Amino acid sequence: MKILVMAEHNGTTVESQTLAAIAAGVQIGSVEVLVAGHACSAVAERIAGLEGVERVWLADAPAFASQLAENVAALALELMPRFDAFVAPATSRGKAVAPRVAAILDVMQISDIVAVDGPRVFKRPIYAGNAIQTVESEEPKLVLTVRTSAFRPLGERAHVCEIVPVATVHELGLSELIGSDVVKSDRPELASAKIIVSGGRALRDAETFSRTLAPLADRLGAAIGASRAAVDAGYISNEYQVGQTGKIVAPEIYLAVGISGAIQHLAGMKESRVIIAINSDADAPIFQVADYGLVGDLFEAIPEILKQLAA
Amino acid sequence: MLEIVVQSRIVVLVKQVLDANVRPRVRPDGSGVDLAHLKLSMNPFDEIALEAAIRLKEQGAAQEVVALTVGRGKAQDTLRAALAMGADRSILVESEFELEPLAIAKTVRSVLADIEPVLVIAGKQAIDDDCHQTGQMLAALLGWGQALCASRIALSPDQVEVDCEVDNGRETLRLPLPAVVTTDLRLNTPRSISLPNLMKAKSKPLDIVASSTLGIDVRPRLKIVEVREPPVRSAGVRVHSAAEIAQVLKDLEAA
Ligand SMILES: Cc1cc2nc3c(=O)[nH]c(=O)nc-3n(C[C@H](O)[C@H](O)[C@H](O)COP(=O)(O)OP(=O)(O)OC[C@H]3O[C@@H](n4cnc5c(N)ncnc54)[C@H](O)[C@@H]3O)c2cc1C
Ligand SMILES: Nc1ncnc2c1ncn2[C@@H]1O[C@H](COP(=O)(O)O)[C@@H](O)[C@H]1O
Repeated sequence: MKILVMAEHNGTTVESQTLAAIAAGVQIGSVEVLVAGHACSAVAERIAGLEGVERVWLADAPAFASQLAENVAALALELMPRFDAFVAPATSRGKAVAPRVAAILDVMQISDIVAVDGPRVFKRPIYAGNAIQTVESEEPKLVLTVRTSAFRPLGERAHVCEIVPVATVHELGLSELIGSDVVKSDRPELASAKIIVSGGRALRDAETFSRTLAPLADRLGAAIGASRAAVDAGYISNEYQVGQTGKIVAPEIYLAVGISGAIQHLAGMKESRVIIAINSDADAPIFQVADYGLVGDLFEAIPEILKQLAA
Repeated sequence: MLEIVVQSRIVVLVKQVLDANVRPRVRPDGSGVDLAHLKLSMNPFDEIALEAAIRLKEQGAAQEVVALTVGRGKAQDTLRAALAMGADRSILVESEFELEPLAIAKTVRSVLADIEPVLVIAGKQAIDDDCHQTGQMLAALLGWGQALCASRIALSPDQVEVDCEVDNGRETLRLPLPAVVTTDLRLNTPRSISLPNLMKAKSKPLDIVASSTLGIDVRPRLKIVEVREPPVRSAGVRVHSAAEIAQVLKDLEAA
């Protein structure tokens, strides 16, 4: 089976989700990767050196600078006659492009796969991860999005594969990017962080949230996450939300601080390798999934943990 | 003399789903999730979509809000709720079985031909199937632009401007009309339904169209092999001091 994987990148760096999507693709068949963007040849070169990648298609044009879904989907559709499957990471962009590709190919997409059981059989969570569905597709072509936290990225290799330029420009004019407000942080990205320190409603306000959690995150080299209640209350902006409707993460360590553990939050973090919870309510549902649970006041516990870590 | 009024309509896609506060029960035989006797509600993102449409109408940016659902007969309850919230009229495309997003998108496209909306607003995902597909598929089938996960929608006569929540922040898109917009949680807080409005909603139009009359092949494309409970995480240990947490962190860091 020939697979076209859509690369997630920001023009200069390859996002970790791309590596995970390639890893999923390799389990299904032979992988080629589509890089769409402007002045992004460095991205194509990096991908050409990744294990499992047999060819890179590079569409480098001003029309793809903002990677608008309508244009990228049209580009992917131009290539799809050569492929049996289109695979995208389940990122904002992947989720915007893949269903357009599926609809025009007239096939049903399988979203958010977490396991490949066979070339046409996949597992995916439904109901915020409260059930796992096994689905089989007999569609003429597969269109999949990949829950990237479920696949271990493949590494680099010694040789690079060929990079084929795609000359056709797809500029449909159906949307236009007129502004962007991208968060720049020195901390690791939520999606790829090894450790996440996540705070909930108990953190009171934006100032308290940051003052309490940032030193611990800095000490651990961790990313910061949040529950929806914390985001809604304005403690931190929306990109930090973990859960069914936020980011899905699976770090080595997830530290849940003052988070009750609603099913929608658990949906985003319960695959973490080690979960540590601090909550003053002994009956908080978060303790049902925590490997280590401390019943106590976070405003006492966090400074004490910092002190102990410094010792 | 007849005056021709150009109506600018917004269609809102609403889906009836298992209420967000109810824990789904997986049938022991692996055949699916058991919804019998459980509370069904409007998908939370669709409530937000509807609220957005009603506010656009209140601002004068649109004249009519149409709520549209594809589902079983009991989805009428969700349309009644939509009418009570402020939709002007509603349409149920009735189907005996649960349709997949592609079939829903095709069904909606067919119904839209008569309505000619300037905007379709859908939720970003249905919280039962978590597919995150329908709005995008509809936009692609219609050849329209899409703006997903909206946290702000500004509609003017010839375009719509949308703040979209993306992985690393926010992007603002401008789209010519007609277009498809999907909603995220922070767009608004949906109004609650008052009893008088619920009563008034009874006299608002609720049209029922049989899916079979649309001539669309809506048979499922995917085979559900089985549906199972996720593996349960065994509960861990209770620690009794912050020092123990610090020790656990140190050990994990060293490992
Ligand atoms: C459709 C839908 C989608 C949703 N999507 C998401 C999602 O993606 N992500 C998400 O997180 N939520 C989501 N939610 C919301 C979810 O249901 C919960 O409301 C939310 O997760 C609660 O956040 P919280 O745990 O911070 O707040 P709360 O539930 O209020 O919990 C606060 C916790 O802090 C504890 N606490 C208070 N003071 C202290 C203290 N001093 N020290 C220690 N502990 C303390 C309390 O005991 C309590 O357990 C969604 C809801 C719906 C309906
Ligand atoms: N059966 C349906 N009837 C009407 N709208 C639907 C239906 N299914 C999905 N939608 C719309 O599409 C959105 C995304 O659903 P999904 O692609 O299933 O995650 C929902 O929030 C609804 O707005």
